[in-house]
Amino acid sequence: MGNTVNNVIKRYSGDETRLMDILMDIQSELGHLSDWTIEQIAKSLDIPKVSVEQTVSFYHFFTKEPRGKYTIYLNTSVLAVFCGRDEVARAFEETAGCRFGSVTKDGLIGLFDTACIGMSDQEPAAIINEEVFTCLTPAKAKAIIAGMRAGKTVEELKGKKYGDGQNSNPLVCSMVNNNIMKRGEVVFADYETGSGIRKAVSMSSSEIIQLVKSSYVRGRGGAGFPTGMKWEVAKKAPGDVKYIFCNADEGEPGTFKDRVILTEFPRLVFEGMAIAGYAVGAKYGILYLRNEYRYLRKYLENILDQMRDENLLGNFIGGKQGFNFNIKIQFGAGAYVCGEESALIESAEGKRGEPRDRPPFPVEKGYLQKPTVVNNVETLCSVVRILVNGSDWYNSLGTKESKGTKVISVSGDCSKPGIYEIEWGFTVNDILKMVGAADTQAVQVGGPSGSCIGPNEFPRELSYEDLATGGSLIIIGRRRDLLKDVVLNFTEFFKDESCGSCVPCRALSGMSKVVLERIIEGKGTETDVAAFTKWQSIMKKNRCGLGQTALNPIVSTIRNFPELYKNRIKAGDDRLCPAFDLDKAVLDYETATVEAR
Amino acid sequence: MEKKIVATASLAGCFGCHMSFLDIDERLFDLIEIVEFNKSPINDIKKFTKQCDIGLVEGGCCNDENVHNLIDFRKHCNVLVSLGECAIMGGLPSLRNWISLKECLDEAYLNGPTVADCNEKKIIPCDPDIPKILDKVYPCHEVVKIDYFLPGCPPRADLIWNALYALATGNKLDMPYEVFKFD
Repeated sequence: MGNTVNNVIKRYSGDETRLMDILMDIQSELGHLSDWTIEQIAKSLDIPKVSVEQTVSFYHFFTKEPRGKYTIYLNTSVLAVFCGRDEVARAFEETAGCRFGSVTKDGLIGLFDTACIGMSDQEPAAIINEEVFTCLTPAKAKAIIAGMRAGKTVEELKGKKYGDGQNSNPLVCSMVNNNIMKRGEVVFADYETGSGIRKAVSMSSSEIIQLVKSSYVRGRGGAGFPTGMKWEVAKKAPGDVKYIFCNADEGEPGTFKDRVILTEFPRLVFEGMAIAGYAVGAKYGILYLRNEYRYLRKYLENILDQMRDENLLGNFIGGKQGFNFNIKIQFGAGAYVCGEESALIESAEGKRGEPRDRPPFPVEKGYLQKPTVVNNVETLCSVVRILVNGSDWYNSLGTKESKGTKVISVSGDCSKPGIYEIEWGFTVNDILKMVGAADTQAVQVGGPSGSCIGPNEFPRELSYEDLATGGSLIIIGRRRDLLKDVVLNFTEFFKDESCGSCVPCRALSGMSKVVLERIIEGKGTETDVAAFTKWQSIMKKNRCGLGQTALNPIVSTIRNFPELYKNRIKAGDDRLCPAFDLDKAVLDYETATVEAR
Repeated sequence: MEKKIVATASLAGCFGCHMSFLDIDERLFDLIEIVEFNKSPINDIKKFTKQCDIGLVEGGCCNDENVHNLIDFRKHCNVLVSLGECAIMGGLPSLRNWISLKECLDEAYLNGPTVADCNEKKIIPCDPDIPKILDKVYPCHEVVKIDYFLPGCPPRADLIWNALYALATGNKLDMPYEVFKFD
């Protein structure tokens, strides 16, 4: 064991900022990170044990206890539940003989919950030893467990039927499907590899920034910050070393567009990073990829190698003196909050993924305190197209303030879930028609941190000026219990994913769950409902977007579906809390005293 | 002006909040000019004799007697205030919330080092006359609706005075930062 630790640490030259990789490599060899291992790592890196411990404890996929030879992480998201996740979970439990959150006595199989794994259009899905299993059914679950008992490898368990497009690439071999339902003109259009870089080397860095600015392209992660402006600030920021990050940590439940883009157009993304590097004056790029997409690792690393061979990465890119740019992949380890850019940077430095105080912004002091640009996968794709086709072309797409297209992930109650690249300006109604949704009760726009809208808002259009979205629509049919099936699930999600740094987020996300549960049970009061709106203003004081939006699922449904709450509140004396049950509260005491007698 | 009627109680608290209340010192004389006390340890009135305007509750609920008392207060007080940390969040008594009640009773009466030898019959007190202990300590607002919360352990005398004065006179609460700043 000591050898494993030493070898891995040597592999990363004893660099403590590579702690994420070190832990991941050691865990994949030893199965878990025991106290002893943690101590060895701390000693070898010459850092306090607690520094290692806090990183280990922060991420969902790091574990101090063995999680079985086969570890099943079954998705708990709303979409998985819509598709029968609970039945699948029961089948896993019954066949394996252990509950979720535990390992079978023989240590063979571990069953664990996990938040959205980016497969919302092919749920229920699970990750088993880094391989993704989609469209699970109770029968498949039973077969998987039987296969494990028979000693099959995960390769054998997943079978030979691979998904569409590059999912069948020999380096991927995954059953995941792309489900690209509509290709637009920007991201999913025909693409000639190297075209962006060839154009870039004919321009100066200032010209590129000017072009990007005149295209008015804005960040596609959700916040919508103008990309050209971000690059310009980073370019002007003093510093000899600068970094380009591609944020591929899409953890927002219901969002899976970056997975499909990286599967089908990884070169477009990497070219975009190189161009950003050229424009800003950065030589290093990091693709921060969520651990759930680890099955793409070999494939993506091979593409990077190819691009180096083709002189699209490396030194003198495109034959241009001084255009040097390299990309490495940094994996996360299961934490939604790392999608926030400063938390992502902290994580890439090997620390807990806690958002930083801003200012200074990452463009001034980011990764390793150097100026850093963090761009979304889709944004980087758009930039390459803008370079090739020009800003006038880009400006001809979309609406007045929202240029270009948006790739949206559609899931939930519709006949054609999948990826749609549409021009900005489509209304929700247009989309519902396109995706085959009928009898829709509500649409969750932009994931849990976005808002839940009802039919009276379906005529609104997707755009920064009207209904902005980071890229997902979850369609909720009439038959769903919106409060119990959706809002409570989202609320639990935020409670689990809060990093705990800011008190309002840490405390109120937990309290919200308690209060919402009692409202759902019919034991809530009007005061309870009113409290959420008060808490929302306190939540705005949190440091990052997660904390600021964690109550959105509740507050937006109180606003748009008030009757859902009213119907569950019993009229009566609001001065007593119906949720408090004295008989139940004294039960433990009565049992204990009877037993003692 | 008619005097406002005030009731106070200490549930699962240490009477520290009431001590702090007494720390308003000579302002007690000003206070009795504007309020009249009903049920309270201050005047030792044991039962409500009329409907009150203001109730101050110290301590959370750790047993069923606390719960009945609190509900009684809620019924008899138009405005009910959680006074201090224990009433607001359970406070020190709620440290036991991390341990099951069975374990607590076991340690206290059956197998703890100071009792193991002397409780031969292994009795956990359960006379009908003594209150039943709750599975955990509840803050007051989880049992009844609470209108206002005065933080502190204990809340400073000035905060209690300012709050009572505001509630009794209908004036806006004078709450400078100093009276609720704890670090």
